[in-house]
Formats: sequence, structure tokens, C-alpha cells
Amino acid sequence: MSTRQLRAPAVTLALLSLATAWGVSRRAPGLRAEEEPRPPLRLSETGLYEAGRPGVVAAANRAFSPQYPLWTDGASKLRWVYLPPGTTIDASDVHAWRYPVGTRFWKEFAFGGRKVETRLLWKATPEHWIAASYVWNEEQTDAALAREGGVPGIAEVAPGRRHSVPSRADCAACHGTPHAPLGFGALQLSTDRDPNAIHGENLAPGMLTVATLVAEGLLLPARPELVSSPPRIRTENPRTRTALGYLAANCGACHNRQSAITANLPPLGYADVVLDPDAVAQSLVGRATRFQVPGVREGESVAVDPEHPDASAVLARMRSRRPTSQMPPLGSVVRDQEAVDAIAAWVASDLARGHRTAALR
Amino acid sequence: MVRTPRTALAIVVAALVYLATTAVTKAAPAPEGRTPSVERGAYLVRIMGCNHCHTPYKLGPAGPEPDMVRALSGHPADFALPAPPALDGKWTWLGAATNTAFSGPWGTSFTANLTPDPETGLGRWSAETFIATMKSGRHEGKGRPILPPMPVENLAALSDSDIRDLFAYLQSLPAIKNRVPAPIDPPEAVR
Repeated sequence: MSTRQLRAPAVTLALLSLATAWGVSRRAPGLRAEEEPRPPLRLSETGLYEAGRPGVVAAANRAFSPQYPLWTDGASKLRWVYLPPGTTIDASDVHAWRYPVGTRFWKEFAFGGRKVETRLLWKATPEHWIAASYVWNEEQTDAALAREGGVPGIAEVAPGRRHSVPSRADCAACHGTPHAPLGFGALQLSTDRDPNAIHGENLAPGMLTVATLVAEGLLLPARPELVSSPPRIRTENPRTRTALGYLAANCGACHNRQSAITANLPPLGYADVVLDPDAVAQSLVGRATRFQVPGVREGESVAVDPEHPDASAVLARMRSRRPTSQMPPLGSVVRDQEAVDAIAAWVASDLARGHRTAALR
Repeated sequence: MVRTPRTALAIVVAALVYLATTAVTKAAPAPEGRTPSVERGAYLVRIMGCNHCHTPYKLGPAGPEPDMVRALSGHPADFALPAPPALDGKWTWLGAATNTAFSGPWGTSFTANLTPDPETGLGRWSAETFIATMKSGRHEGKGRPILPPMPVENLAALSDSDIRDLFAYLQSLPAIKNRVPAPIDPPEAVR
């Protein structure tokens, strides 16, 4: 083999290296502000309803109901999803689905029988979800795009407490992850629904579940195990199942294994509570928190204190509706008393029993 | 197979080019393609007045001055404060002698430790978390609102690039262990 013959592949290798390195280092083409997709100005233009038939949800938009709903001050909520024809959801990670471009989610909020706002999550590009909210008109015939800063105090939800349409920054605070929708996933859409779920809703005929998603080939990979063994928080204690389902839906969006936040709480994401629920439950007990529970000696606050449930940071923050201390930190101005009572009872009985049993070993 | 020196040199150059360019990529996480500048971050901290609230003041020969030994370490944990005095409605907020604690209709707020101490400062934060905080006006981009007198509206207007420079400078500071108290709700809110 001649020198020339040897040199050719070496030069090719050098060029390939340069090309590869360029490809690796070149950043993904960003969108200029004027190129960013913008939400339509009216809800009726988002594709939720059939053309020319306001209020009639288009057949392509499928209703669904998560088994563990997020608390939103007692709002009645309706939800729909649209997947572009021929597309599938990437379910490689069974608890963190990825959606095709063009996917849209809507969630309608009503208080006292009146529609107040409908939120839209629209995967407009491979990297960008558009979040917007639409405020319903007096006639309840259509809704207009809310301004970027949100609309404070739009509807009274309890004496002296008013619901606010979130700013887009607040939308991003919860949904601003690669997996933007939060209530649509394997556990939430399981056919093995928790009959005791706090504020659990009925699964109406025709609503999407993991079974229908699998049957219609909308997941990739196909995930038949979600039908043969529906996702569930598997514990022998039904109260632990219900409590962790509530905490996963209301806390796990931020307090999960993938989150960058530094709060000292065990991971409570869907994947976490499904993997080993009893271990997650016990890991809450006696876990030191930075949050200072009122009345507890400084530096001694813990996430869950089974001997003094009222002194548990988790319950203190669920009880609070002050912006500085409430949890979740946004989206609610009224305490979820039913949940506080249920979690307090679980702490006082089940976690206390587990705590005492562990202490005796 | 016989390799000539020139061929071997070409292979080495190729390998070096690849390693060098990919290494640059790994060392430059900023999406803008620019390595964050500690110097510019220091400049921004200076002109934005971060030290006014995040560095405790002490009494010097010419009056109150920032205690640069504790630069940007937030409200000193050892500076215990009594409950704030009641205000008459015309005076609506007040500040502690250190200029690191403030009380008003929002309750009592304490300025954060911005040094890279992993337990009490920003040592475990990422640049992305810091950007999310500045842009959203929420703790770690997700949590409670950042309280007055932090000028969150102004900070939200910073570019990501500016915030990365700020973060790079803050991470270059000596870590100071100082656990800042959590904010305190106003008395009427405690229930």
C-alpha cells in the first residue's frame, strides 16, 4: 500500500472528525422571538371545538381523567388531548412520556358551574411547549387569550379568596420540563384506579386510559404490560396507596428524582411512588427539613412527625395558603381540608405504627 | 500495514481536532455558545447593587458599610432579631441594621446566601436553576415567590447570558456557611 493510499483515509478521518465535532458543538437552531409560535387569540381557534360549532369538542380531541387530580380550590375540571394523526407517544420511559410535535392538551376550569378559564399546552416545535390560558366571556360562548402576566382574582372560590389565571412564567414553573403535561401518564391513566383517591373523579365512557392507548397503538414501544398489569401504587395498605397518590400528583411534579430543586424531601414522582411505596412513605418520617414549622424548635423540623402529626412540615405546608409557605406554592388559594385530614390520619395511624415497629426492631 | 510519519501525523491531528473541539463543547454549557464570564458577572453584581442587601452591613468609621468578609452571604444566622415593631400605616416597611432583613406587609424576609456553600448557599444549584429563579421570581424557579425588596421585575429582564455571568461569578466566591432563616409570615397570616 502506497503512502498516498494510506494518507487518503487519514485525511478523510481528519475531515470526518472535524465534521463530527462541528455537529456536536453546533447548538440547536434557536428560534428568534418573531419566529416563536404564538397561541391563537381565542380558544375557539385552538382546535378544541368543531369548526363552526362552539362548545362541541372535536372528535379528534380525547377526554381523559387522571385518577389522582391536582387540587385547584375545588374547581370542576375537564381535560382533552389531541395527538396528530399517525403519531405516537414515546413511552420509552414508562413514567415520562414524550409527545409528538402538534400534541395539544386542554384543561377547563369551572367554579360554581361557570367556566372560568381553559388552559392550553401545545407542543409547537420539538423543543418548545406553548402554554397559554383563555378566559371565558360572560356569555360562556368563547374564551380570550389571557395576557402573559395572568389575570389575578378572576373568580371567587371561597369567602375572600379568589382564583387567579396564572402568568405564563407560573405555567413554566410547573410545566417547564421536557415532559410538560403532568396529569397524563401511566399511573394517572391506569385502569386499576384507586377507589379512595382524594377528589377522585369518575371515569366516563370513552375516556382515554392506558388500555385504550395501547389498544390503539398510540404508545411506542407498545407497552402491553400496562394492560396485563396496570400501573398501581402497590402496597398492602390502601391508605398509603391513596396518600402517596395524592402526594405524587400534588408534590411530585417538583419533588422527584429528576428535579433540580434542592428541597430536602424524598422523591415523590410517579416513578418513585410506584417503585417502592412503603419505603417512600417511611422515608418521610423524621426527615429533617429546612422549612421551619411554627412552634417547633429551630433546626428540629421534620417532614413527618408521627408522634405529633400537626408538627409535620408536610402538613404545615398543606395547611398554609400563604405564598411564603404553602405547598404547592402556586395554583391554589384555599386549603384542601379533605386532603389535610386524610394525610393527617395516615400519619397518625399508619406511619406512626410503622415508625414504632421499626423502633422495636 | 506500514504507516508513514505524515500519515500518523494526520491521524494524530484528526484525533486532537476531535478531542479539542468536543472538549470545548463540554466546557461551554451556555446555549449561547459563550463561556460565562466571571469578570462580567462581578461587574454586573457591582452595578446592580447586589451587595447592598446580600452582604451584611457593619458600622465602620464613616458609618454603615458592607462587611466584605461576609460578602454576599446573606442575612447572618447569628444576628437574631426581635419581632419587628408595629408600623403606623404611613411607614409600611423597615430594614434591619445589617440591611439583610426586611419587614412589611409581606412578613419578614431575609436575604439569601449567594456564596457556593453546598448546604446553606448556592453550591448545589445549577445555572439553569439560577436562571429559572431570576426569570420566574420564584425560589429555584418553582417554589415560593421571592419576597420584597428583591427587584424581581428588573431581574426578569436580564438575558440568560447575563444571568450565567452572574452565576459564574457567584460560584467563584469563597463558600461561606451561613444558614439564612426562612421568611416569616405576617402575624395576621399565622393560623
